[in-house]
Amino acid sequence: MSLRNAACIAGAFEHPTRLAPDMTTPQLHAECAAGALADAGLSLRDVDGYFCATDAPGFGPISMIDYLGLTVRHTDSTEMGGCTYIQHVAHAAQAIAAGKCSVALITLAGRPRSEAVQRFRPGAPEAAFEQWVGLTNHTSYGMCAARHMHEHGTTSEQLAWIKVAASHHAQHNPHAMLPKVVTVEDVVNSPMIADPLHRLDCCVTTDGGGALVVVSPEIAKTLNRPVISLLGAGEATKGPAGGLGLDLTVSAAAQSGPRAFEEAGVTPADIKYASIYDSFTITVLLQLEDLGFCAKGKGGKFVADGNLISGTGKLPFNTDGGGLCNNHPMFRGGITKVIEAVRQLRGEAAPAVQVSNCDLAVATGIGGSLGARHGAATIILERQS
Amino acid sequence: MSARKLPAPQPNPETQAFWDGLGEGVLRIKTCEACGKAHYYPRHICPHCGSAETRWLDTRGEGEIYSLSVMRRGDGAPFAVAYVTLDEGPALLTNLVADDLDALAIGQRVRLAPQARDAEAIGDGPSLPFFTPSGD
Repeated sequence: MSLRNAACIAGAFEHPTRLAPDMTTPQLHAECAAGALADAGLSLRDVDGYFCATDAPGFGPISMIDYLGLTVRHTDSTEMGGCTYIQHVAHAAQAIAAGKCSVALITLAGRPRSEAVQRFRPGAPEAAFEQWVGLTNHTSYGMCAARHMHEHGTTSEQLAWIKVAASHHAQHNPHAMLPKVVTVEDVVNSPMIADPLHRLDCCVTTDGGGALVVVSPEIAKTLNRPVISLLGAGEATKGPAGGLGLDLTVSAAAQSGPRAFEEAGVTPADIKYASIYDSFTITVLLQLEDLGFCAKGKGGKFVADGNLISGTGKLPFNTDGGGLCNNHPMFRGGITKVIEAVRQLRGEAAPAVQVSNCDLAVATGIGGSLGARHGAATIILERQS
Repeated sequence: MSARKLPAPQPNPETQAFWDGLGEGVLRIKTCEACGKAHYYPRHICPHCGSAETRWLDTRGEGEIYSLSVMRRGDGAPFAVAYVTLDEGPALLTNLVADDLDALAIGQRVRLAPQARDAEAIGDGPSLPFFTPSGD
């Protein structure tokens, strides 16, 4: 079974809040659901499939389906960290192609700025060997950057260009948490957090969320919205593999990306816009190489000199400002990657960053810890003429 | 800035011998009789081939830095997080202890320095497998 043209994204909504002390997390899920369904021209009653991950409080889909007032015949609570919601689009397409549902709702929400959130379930087999190490995301991704610099000569200035490009886009987003344009000097002169990553190499932390509505092609044609079809999808996981498979310069996107491109029948050269998961600048660089936008080791040169800036560079990326400048709700940037890709394909991005004739886009992400064990999910989306 | 709180590892039937070894100053990993490959962290079933014929292997506790990142912010900073590739093959995640963290580099030779932090920081838990430059 191929997922090529198996389903369409009909609704997409990014919650405008970045700080929500007076809201609840279920409320944010509900507001995102309502927003995405309104965007699609559908209602809660139309939903027959529901997708959420561990950011959904309580008993996951069982709690949320009842809270939201849904009646569904298919649920999926696949969990793969921040890229989960990219993967959910593919899993929704699988369920739709198998006839298990026809209108799938995907929600993400959380309030990490307003409440203590539990990010990991206890009892992981690696916990006794890693918790005392102090492996935060900063040091995990920092080790990836350090190794990439060691093997390929990548520089902090090159990584900084990724943040610079994101900031150029964020200035046009009224909801962006960091709307100010920054320079390479600003990034490399910001405080060191975990070598070689500076504060401005890191994404924002935000309260908020988002939602997506994935429907069958038949339903998509009945809605008064541009038809955005899934062309291909790939997913993968990667870890230290008993300590013999450690390679911090290659992410699981080296597997998920080619799988998605093969299914879609397109190549990176065909892509007009790319949503690339940007928890840190190095996250973007590795994925660009692993998806084949440039050769392994050449990512630094590829991103330099504004090559990711819409209108001037060859590969416009994260035109909403991405996680680096706009939004990274609940420490998870997967859903916002899909949302901005949908905006670009519809021609609904901010006018200053809208890619002309944007008919083919990729959204790709990493979940978990890049420097330890992580997952990757990639989808290719096309606007039907 | 307050001292780092190091969570005490919880030994279990799969890993007790590892923690016992560290108490004797030995870094003990698992190797597999079926495929001949070593692994870390230790498991009952070999992650390389799926065999249950795993046995403990006392390493020499020496290796080289594969990558590192010095955490500059938060409790107990600065401290150096690193992967060390053991001479026996597997890489392991650890902390590097050195007078000058800025002098640490990828490729540098390091050796096991169990419980290199003071006992107060470690608390009542087992010794931890820190590493330190071999020349120190």
